[in-house]
Amino acid sequence: MGYNCVVCVKQVPDTKKITGEAMKEDGTVNRAALPAVFNPEDLNALEAAMAVRDQYGGTVTVVTMGLPAACAVLRESLFRGADRAVLITDRRAAASDTLATSYILSCAVKKLGADLVFCGRQAIDGDTAQVGPQLAEKLGYHLVTYMEEFLGCRERTIRLKRNVGNGWEVVSCPMPALVTVMESANTPRPQAAKRLMKYKKALSKAEVQAKAEHILEGDFENYTAELKAAEVEKHCAKLAGRGLLVEQWNLDELGADLAWCGMSGSPTKVHRIQSVVLTGGEYKEFPPNDEGIARLIGELIEEHTIG
Amino acid sequence: MIEVNRKGEVWIFAEQEDGKLSDVPLELMSKGQELACTLGVPLAAVLLGRNVAPLASKLIAHGADKVYLVEDDRLGHYQARGYCHLICRLIEQYKPQVCLYGATPIGRDLAPTVASAMKCGLTADCTDLQIGGHGDPVTKVEHKNLLFQIRPAFGGNIIATIVNPSRWPQMATVREGVMHMPAADASRKGEIIRVKADLDGVTLPLTIEESHRREKKVNLKAARIIVAGGAGVGSRENFRPLWDLANALGGAVGGSRAAVDLGFIDHDHQVGQTGTTVRPALYIAVGISGAVQHRAGMQEAAKILAINNDPDAPIFSIAHFGIVGDLNVVVPKIIKAVRGGVKIESLAEKCK
Repeated sequence: MGYNCVVCVKQVPDTKKITGEAMKEDGTVNRAALPAVFNPEDLNALEAAMAVRDQYGGTVTVVTMGLPAACAVLRESLFRGADRAVLITDRRAAASDTLATSYILSCAVKKLGADLVFCGRQAIDGDTAQVGPQLAEKLGYHLVTYMEEFLGCRERTIRLKRNVGNGWEVVSCPMPALVTVMESANTPRPQAAKRLMKYKKALSKAEVQAKAEHILEGDFENYTAELKAAEVEKHCAKLAGRGLLVEQWNLDELGADLAWCGMSGSPTKVHRIQSVVLTGGEYKEFPPNDEGIARLIGELIEEHTIG
Repeated sequence: MIEVNRKGEVWIFAEQEDGKLSDVPLELMSKGQELACTLGVPLAAVLLGRNVAPLASKLIAHGADKVYLVEDDRLGHYQARGYCHLICRLIEQYKPQVCLYGATPIGRDLAPTVASAMKCGLTADCTDLQIGGHGDPVTKVEHKNLLFQIRPAFGGNIIATIVNPSRWPQMATVREGVMHMPAADASRKGEIIRVKADLDGVTLPLTIEESHRREKKVNLKAARIIVAGGAGVGSRENFRPLWDLANALGGAVGGSRAAVDLGFIDHDHQVGQTGTTVRPALYIAVGISGAVQHRAGMQEAAKILAINNDPDAPIFSIAHFGIVGDLNVVVPKIIKAVRGGVKIESLAEKCK
């Protein structure tokens, strides 16, 4: 027995530490200007999948789509206990909205094959909670949103408790299914020291290319393009031999139809972005004494806000 | 997706549960009327469920010109697959230009499923909707009369306006409590269009083993005056004067996420992005610093009074009135002033 679980994770800008350079002039996000973190609820999705594996057997594969730097969340997934990690990176996937993103992810999940897909309920950069349901629809998987507690599997059926806003329900659902997971569902296990020691050296091919100067030996500046490529291949093969090469797929390897990816696959367009600017200093101040408060209350009564 | 259809109607998904309409579709009616009027098309509600026909007249009284009514026993309990299937068939048949959903747990489950099946765009959690023109920066094509889907993003640090120029319908979910619910007008006339629920070959995968619903202990959306406390209040015990003040004013008590997380007050009272969005006549923010997530839930209040000992707290930047001082001193003084200056009975009367 055992179930193949796929977890979709996202590296997100830490929206709590936002700065003025967060947006580019064309209205897209300047991800380079923001500290990047593992989307919090995706950690709960990962934990949910690993709990299923630990109890029933099977595998946990983590997938992310993003720039080569997004490999950081895959490494972190490996530290925490994922069996396999796949990076989808391709310039042609840039500017994908949720529809295009879910299409690309669906190609990856189809390629991997999964009994269960776990996604975080939503990502903290967009807060849309759309990719999970859209991915389920694209895959033809059954959708269960807002998981609060995983109650178990029996053969090809899962049982779980889900939040419905003004209450909760216990549902069972046949596989294959996609589940979106809330923060309250579990406590993600910490990174394991041994796994961290091993996988901190794990890299994707894109990272090997980007970091070639530092990783590769010799007088790299004088390498020809062919030589460079050959060296990158050699280093990747070395990593792969030690189980430290993070798999990397582009849109061709996914067999994705480019019309449904990136800008052309995204029906929604950004019309305008406005920063939220707090003006400040325009309120009417009253001193914190009896006289001030009497004036305040008097004013509120006079303008019929109270009384 | 459907082609651009300038004659298409504006649709509102009439979410209901156990034969009771949710607030959101009714809140969406006045905005829906405004959009439909600008576009010169009818406003329609899409009502799916088991034995829900009696709700159609309520939707018409609140502003719908038409109600598409689909009744079937299998629609009694919401499931994405069945609802999505039927709504997609309706969209293909009637080709609406705009479809709006409440950003409720059901709306946020259904709308993306429909968007994926229709291969059309969707914007989540809008706080405003407008009609306007959009010039494509690449193709230079000018698109007239598109739905501006306006929403906070990046934790509320920016406001984004999203459009969907060509792959229609233009779809959005709208946050609860941000739109003003119009008064019902029982004399309004509308058309009810019954549509057969063709669910042949559609499997509904979920088995609901248990279902628990609870009424919220407080209805912040209906409160005319809200006294809300934040982390600065310090303890559950220190919240007591806030309750007293709310009682004296005939209002309700709210809390910031920080106050809820610290256990000062229950989650039902939470105001903000992950709580309730409110627009009272008066919002008194006590010991609330005013993080963007909190402001998103209360900045539409007609009047905001901020009480904080930190003069640089962001809450003051959206306040109309402010008192810089110790809340433990200020709040009791306000209670005294309110109780002393105005008869409580007359206050309660007028605050209804």
